[in-house]
Amino acid sequence: MSLKCIAAALTAALLASPALAQETVKVGLIVSMTGQQASTGKQIKGAVDLYMKQHGDTVAGKKIQVILRDSGSIPDQTKRLAQELIVNEHVNVIAGFEITPAAFVAAPLATEAKIPAVVMAAGTSVITEKSPYIVRTSFTLPQSSTIIADWALKNNIKKVVTIVSDYAPGFDAEKAFTEQFKKGGGEIPQALRVPLASPDFAPFLQRAADAKPDAIFIFVPSGQGGTFMKQFAERGLDKAGVKLIGPGDVTDDDELNNMGDAALGVVTAHLYSADHNSPLNKDYVKAFEAANHFRPNFMSVGGYDGMHLIYAAVEKAGGKIDGDSLLAAMKGMKWESPRGPISIDPETRDIVQNIYIRKVERKNGELYNVEFATFEAVKDPGKAKK
Amino acid sequence: MLTILFDGIAYGMLLFVLASGLAVTLGLMNFVNLAHGSFAMAGGYVTVALVNSLGVPFFLSLPLAFLVSGLLGLLFERTLYVHVYRKSHLDQVLFTIGLVFMSVAAVDYVMGSSQVFVRIPRELQGQFSVFGVGIGRYRLLIIIICGLLTAVLQYILARTRFGSRLRAAVDDGRVARGLGIDVNRIFALTFAVGSGLAGLGGALGVEILGLDPAFPLKIMIYVLIVVTVGGTSSIIGPFLASLLLGICDVAGKYYAPAVGPFVIYSIMIIVLLWRPQGLFARAASR
Repeated sequence: MSLKCIAAALTAALLASPALAQETVKVGLIVSMTGQQASTGKQIKGAVDLYMKQHGDTVAGKKIQVILRDSGSIPDQTKRLAQELIVNEHVNVIAGFEITPAAFVAAPLATEAKIPAVVMAAGTSVITEKSPYIVRTSFTLPQSSTIIADWALKNNIKKVVTIVSDYAPGFDAEKAFTEQFKKGGGEIPQALRVPLASPDFAPFLQRAADAKPDAIFIFVPSGQGGTFMKQFAERGLDKAGVKLIGPGDVTDDDELNNMGDAALGVVTAHLYSADHNSPLNKDYVKAFEAANHFRPNFMSVGGYDGMHLIYAAVEKAGGKIDGDSLLAAMKGMKWESPRGPISIDPETRDIVQNIYIRKVERKNGELYNVEFATFEAVKDPGKAKK
Repeated sequence: MLTILFDGIAYGMLLFVLASGLAVTLGLMNFVNLAHGSFAMAGGYVTVALVNSLGVPFFLSLPLAFLVSGLLGLLFERTLYVHVYRKSHLDQVLFTIGLVFMSVAAVDYVMGSSQVFVRIPRELQGQFSVFGVGIGRYRLLIIIICGLLTAVLQYILARTRFGSRLRAAVDDGRVARGLGIDVNRIFALTFAVGSGLAGLGGALGVEILGLDPAFPLKIMIYVLIVVTVGGTSSIIGPFLASLLLGICDVAGKYYAPAVGPFVIYSIMIIVLLWRPQGLFARAASR
């Protein structure tokens, strides 16, 4: 073969490749497979893999390719990886973002590249306002925090001490709860903030106990709930009749079963429980557990629904896979998720979903968040006010 | 008030068990071992595995955690650490921090990334009250174990033949060798005991601090603060430093929750400005 032939073949190959790339929708999935939030990353990856296994990797004639990158729970790394995926891999969508700071750093990149960024985990209210290309399939903390405040007031809880982790989602939870609770005539004698890396909750719990509240409102990120619960019981607060309420992060399905009897009776408001009673969820939990050997939690449904949103958007956009078309298709999308009916608010690009009130109970020897009340189609209260 | 003092002492004691091994290797062997927390994590996971999966009683699992971590320490000392004793401190830091990351990833792979807990016996749960002071049973256990441990360690280092040999080996290895002391064996043994102590601390700490693969990174800062504030020339220094930090940390978080987390760092800065070699160190000898 002459040199010319090779050159010609190369040129042809080069020219052909953009055409080939058109046929593939590349999804850059950036989550924490290692580091502090590793459990979140594993939940999301498990759910994304499951969705693709169940639904195949082609939709509307396009091939869906997920490119997984590990952020190591470090937002700086998320930024670098997002840049790399956008510039080198020409991804059509970026997704993942295990914590709020990770979503924040990705936001300007999505705006610049004009591609949708699907937030599958991070829960601070303001995230979707950081870029017009951000769409969220997880939750916002004010959603559950406001609802649990309403529930507490109705159930004769008048005096509450709040304990939250000292970072953005914690402030969100604290603010949403406090506003709603005070509006209904509740009293908050103490508002405590615990450092994110605090290994010992003892002094905070003691201070809360000394205020003799009816209940403690608690938000700690997924991963610290168990330690908190143990120390809550150690101090005898459960026996003293102090209730524990909050958004469902504290009784995360991932860990709940290891927490032991200390967790029994904790009442939380949240978007998802592995125990959610619907045929779709039963199948989901079964398939997820078979594939991953651990229980899916609320992070996993964020990943599963995020994948669904991308698939459905590709189908709805009818062959166009540029960022703006996909984004337009995502807005207002409605579907049935394992967590119940959900939709994407076309105005705010944030998720609208049912919030359930649940109580920890023992079922077939395992601990579950058992749902007993539903608040339907809750929008993010953090934005509704504006 | 006294409950806070009690909690502070228990927390300080726990810090001490975690840090004492490092005080031994850093102070006596002059070796910077940032991977100390990894041995603590090993002890923690050994306890969790023994108690939760194999049904071993909790009290029996504590010495086993000590043994397993100690053996691990011995193995690593003989195969890896022995090559970096004579290297500069920077090399030691780089080497051991690498070990930390490897251990984090390895545990994540084997044990999973979510937090695990140990089932402690019922008689250790909860609080009882003495003259109105709430005493946590588990925290009381920590205080007792750590008190005994300190006494034993101090006795061994200051009063026994092994202690004097160890100090001789550290002060001047060549002369010690010339006198027929097997320096390598002493170092290996000391390192193993230090790692074992970390393992014991990890096992005791699961209940209070929680345990996940990021554990070595989480406790590294606290342990280093204890050792720098306490100085490394004796066991008493880190012991008192642990108590001071534990009590101030808990009290600070209780009385001034808004600034509480900074108390421990402020103390460190003040102490180091005043005595850069640590509270209880001899005048800088090296």
